Amino acid sequence: MTRYIVRRLLQAIPLMFFISLVLFVMMRNMGDPLATMGGRTMTRSEDRARLTRQLGLDKPIIVQYVYWLIGNDWTKIDMDGNGVAETPGTRKGILRGDFGLSLVNRKSAMQVIMERLPNTLILMLTAEVVIITGSLLIGIYAALRQYSFTDNLVTTLSFIGYSMPIFFVALGLMYIFSVNFKAWGLPYLPTVGMFDPQIGKTFWQTVWHMILPVITIALTSFAANSRYVRSTMLEALSQDYIRTARSKGLPRRSIVFVHALKNASLPIITVVGLDLPFLLGGAIVTERIFAWPGMGRLFLDHVSRGDTPVVMGILMLIAISVIAFQIITDIVYAWLDPRIRYN
Amino acid sequence: MAKRGIPDPQPALSKIEGPVSALDELETPILTLSQLAWRRFRRHKMAVAGVIILILLVAYCIGGAFIFSESYANHTDTSLRLQPPAAEHPFGTDTTGRDILARTIYGGQISLLIGLTAMILEITVGVLIGAVTGFFGGWLDNILMRFTEAVLIVPQIFLLLVMAKFFGGNVPNIVFLGREFSGSVIVIVFIIGLTAWPYTARIVRAQFLSIKENEFILAARATGTSTWGIIFRHILPNSIAPIVVAATLGVANAITLEAYISFLGLGVRPPTATWGNMLEGAYNYIDQGVYWLWLFPGLLILFIVLSINFVGDGLRDALDPRSRAV
Amino acid sequence: MTKILEVNDLMTRFHTTEGMVYAVNGISFHLDEGETLAVVGESGCGKSVTMMSILRLLPMPPAQIAGGTAIYLGQDLLKIPDHEMEHNIRGKEIAMIFQDPMTSLNPVLTIGKQITESLRTHMFMDQAAAERRAVELLEMVGLSDARQRLKAYPHQFSGGMRQRVMIAMALACNPSILIADEPTTALDVTIQAQIVELVIRLREQIHMAIIWITHNLGVVAGLADRVNVMYAGYIVEEANVEDIYEDPSHPYTNALLAALPRVDRRRDRRLKSIAGAPPSLLVEPHGCPFAPRCEYVVKRCGMETPRLTPVGRDHAIACWVDIKTGAQR
Repeated sequence: MTRYIVRRLLQAIPLMFFISLVLFVMMRNMGDPLATMGGRTMTRSEDRARLTRQLGLDKPIIVQYVYWLIGNDWTKIDMDGNGVAETPGTRKGILRGDFGLSLVNRKSAMQVIMERLPNTLILMLTAEVVIITGSLLIGIYAALRQYSFTDNLVTTLSFIGYSMPIFFVALGLMYIFSVNFKAWGLPYLPTVGMFDPQIGKTFWQTVWHMILPVITIALTSFAANSRYVRSTMLEALSQDYIRTARSKGLPRRSIVFVHALKNASLPIITVVGLDLPFLLGGAIVTERIFAWPGMGRLFLDHVSRGDTPVVMGILMLIAISVIAFQIITDIVYAWLDPRIRYN
Repeated sequence: MAKRGIPDPQPALSKIEGPVSALDELETPILTLSQLAWRRFRRHKMAVAGVIILILLVAYCIGGAFIFSESYANHTDTSLRLQPPAAEHPFGTDTTGRDILARTIYGGQISLLIGLTAMILEITVGVLIGAVTGFFGGWLDNILMRFTEAVLIVPQIFLLLVMAKFFGGNVPNIVFLGREFSGSVIVIVFIIGLTAWPYTARIVRAQFLSIKENEFILAARATGTSTWGIIFRHILPNSIAPIVVAATLGVANAITLEAYISFLGLGVRPPTATWGNMLEGAYNYIDQGVYWLWLFPGLLILFIVLSINFVGDGLRDALDPRSRAV
Repeated sequence: MTKILEVNDLMTRFHTTEGMVYAVNGISFHLDEGETLAVVGESGCGKSVTMMSILRLLPMPPAQIAGGTAIYLGQDLLKIPDHEMEHNIRGKEIAMIFQDPMTSLNPVLTIGKQITESLRTHMFMDQAAAERRAVELLEMVGLSDARQRLKAYPHQFSGGMRQRVMIAMALACNPSILIADEPTTALDVTIQAQIVELVIRLREQIHMAIIWITHNLGVVAGLADRVNVMYAGYIVEEANVEDIYEDPSHPYTNALLAALPRVDRRRDRRLKSIAGAPPSLLVEPHGCPFAPRCEYVVKRCGMETPRLTPVGRDHAIACWVDIKTGAQR
């Protein structure tokens, strides 16, 4: 088991280097590298020349990549152009979290991202819990009542649910639960931001503001996943070992929730684990509509303003979290499936 | 001897004195694979409903153009802005007074065009790469698969936004099939196609890897079939099923993605309408109860994606009944 | 000999998209206390479906028990409510083991759990008592290191060992009847022999009746007291094991035995097979099902379905023709 974990981690490393390479190439070709890495635009040629040397842009590309990865504060650069390296560099490299300075506000890109990251995490985690609980409940119910009216209804609703573009869900929910509820004098849900500025960032404010965005993100996934749960449960229930369990006269509850569910949960975990990239993508649209101060909205704002350091930082972070999540899912799967764990 | 049950197709041997040939017991007529697939598809009620809805939507977008001219769709009149649905403007008017119904017709054409062409690009690249890696393997497979995985790691929409910003700006307008529209359409088609191929490539590669091991491939080699012959005449036809399903769902995916990035402002540039960019900024007016800005384009997107998903599900069942539907 | 199970005129059908499948068409047989009854027939003749119908293990939307009774200890198993079946009969009075032990055991549960759950459900034992009994059972079926094995998973065992585990599971609550559905078909020949030996040994220790389904006539000889031969959803011959081999009276049984390759036959003769193929079960049966392939067929065979009629002591066949004399019955 530990060997499996180690193996997966080792496999992930070249992938991450590959991604960093791709990002580096993208970054160099998008916009002005001097501006990008230096954090400001400058026009005076002496400034440009100095910055070029400081940022190591006069070095061969492979050295530039290395500097980008691990910075240049461990070596000296030639600042005044006389051919002798004398000043220590200042960059720490992306491996230590230094993506440069944001072109928009000159703060460290990593800092900008980290300010917003927790907000997105709150949304993601809550949405994930809603998705898992909801799809399990509905999927199992539908599997047990296959072909009944409820099952067909659930199937059709699921199709509609995962065909709906996220903004449609968001706008629809906003319209009903916010605008109309307000018009009808009912307590209505807020649609902007994470908390009411007059009340402050309290726990309940956050929860109250989180309701609509979480449902928006969760709805599409939860529709698709409940169908998947249904089909994996059906597949498990059609296996020979269920026939054996029934022939032993075991109670229905035990057959469904122990014998079948334990087997069905394995592919379900894989699917849930792989859902993450999709949730992150959905976050962009949702955060935009609900003005939620998260990473998705940050990405959108900074991409449209060409702020490459922040964009690269977010992309790298996403790549790392997706890979990490995949590894975690694989490990959990291997741990839960005795055929893999005891081998 | 008296007949039993359904009359068999060869009535000649009805008087039986001795053992009877097994052929007489055949009750089912022989069907070709496509006939079988069509039969299974027809049984799938939702898939049939999906085809009907799809045909209706396509008719709406193409036929509607004969009723409303494009200039009418682009005609702005600020005195008429934000009118609710009424007889004159059945879907209401938008922020600059344009008729929303007409815009959905022309917008639909673009959305459909983007969906189809992006899918064609995605399938072509995906099948090529999948076939090459699946069949030849080796170092080529290794490198391309690493690349594929890398592209798959980052959610498509992030890549799209970055590429849209980067390539977006200055593409000239194009004239195609009698309409002139913004060059950003081509850009969108490209970037969607270029970020979606990994899905197809993975599927095709998996198919090639498994079919390659079959004995009929060995037999084909033994009789001297060339490598290309094997790929195109033996393996590809057997992989058609998942490719068709992937292509169908790819259209839905492309339409949805275009809608997302246009909604976020980085997609197709106005005045060319698409169902996605008609929604841009609609949420700014939601407080005023202006639902018609987003309801109609949104519903149209929902219907087309829904119908494509139904059809895709039906195709999946029809072409490969052993696969599990999701 | 007391009868413990009496099945009368059982009919089972399946509603499928291709039509109605007539799987079991009026089967009647009985099982005495402690005896071993073999049910023999080719694939698709309805042997498994019969037994699954009695235990009501078939999924009821497509399957339908169209008629008949199955009396066990005075109750009709086909009519008692579901929860009684679950609570009192299955796993407790009547147990069943299946053909493929790999897929019949749950891969994600330990075999200890799979054995103790019956004990805890039906015998209300607590965990410790159930585990002790499970160890006893595993030792009884010939598995060493029983205590350790309780924590193992099915994939850690070989095919023969898994089948032993299945037998242990089935015997846990001391059932009166064990139904074995082709338990050795999926195993190697040598392992087959071991399992058959095991069952014979257990049979002596625990006084239980066994219904052994197989298509292998060789296994039947060493194991069974009586034999039912089935074809296309009907029982065509019913006899003591000696009579089946020495005096097969139904054309089908005769043909089956003739088809067995024999060591003492001349090498240059072709193997005798039965011409034709079994009838399609989608067609409502009319007349004798074996008629199209039968050497002795007469006109009546196509028109009237023969019923099982006695032709000797404990020997009954369903046929209109006496194959020894050629006369009609």
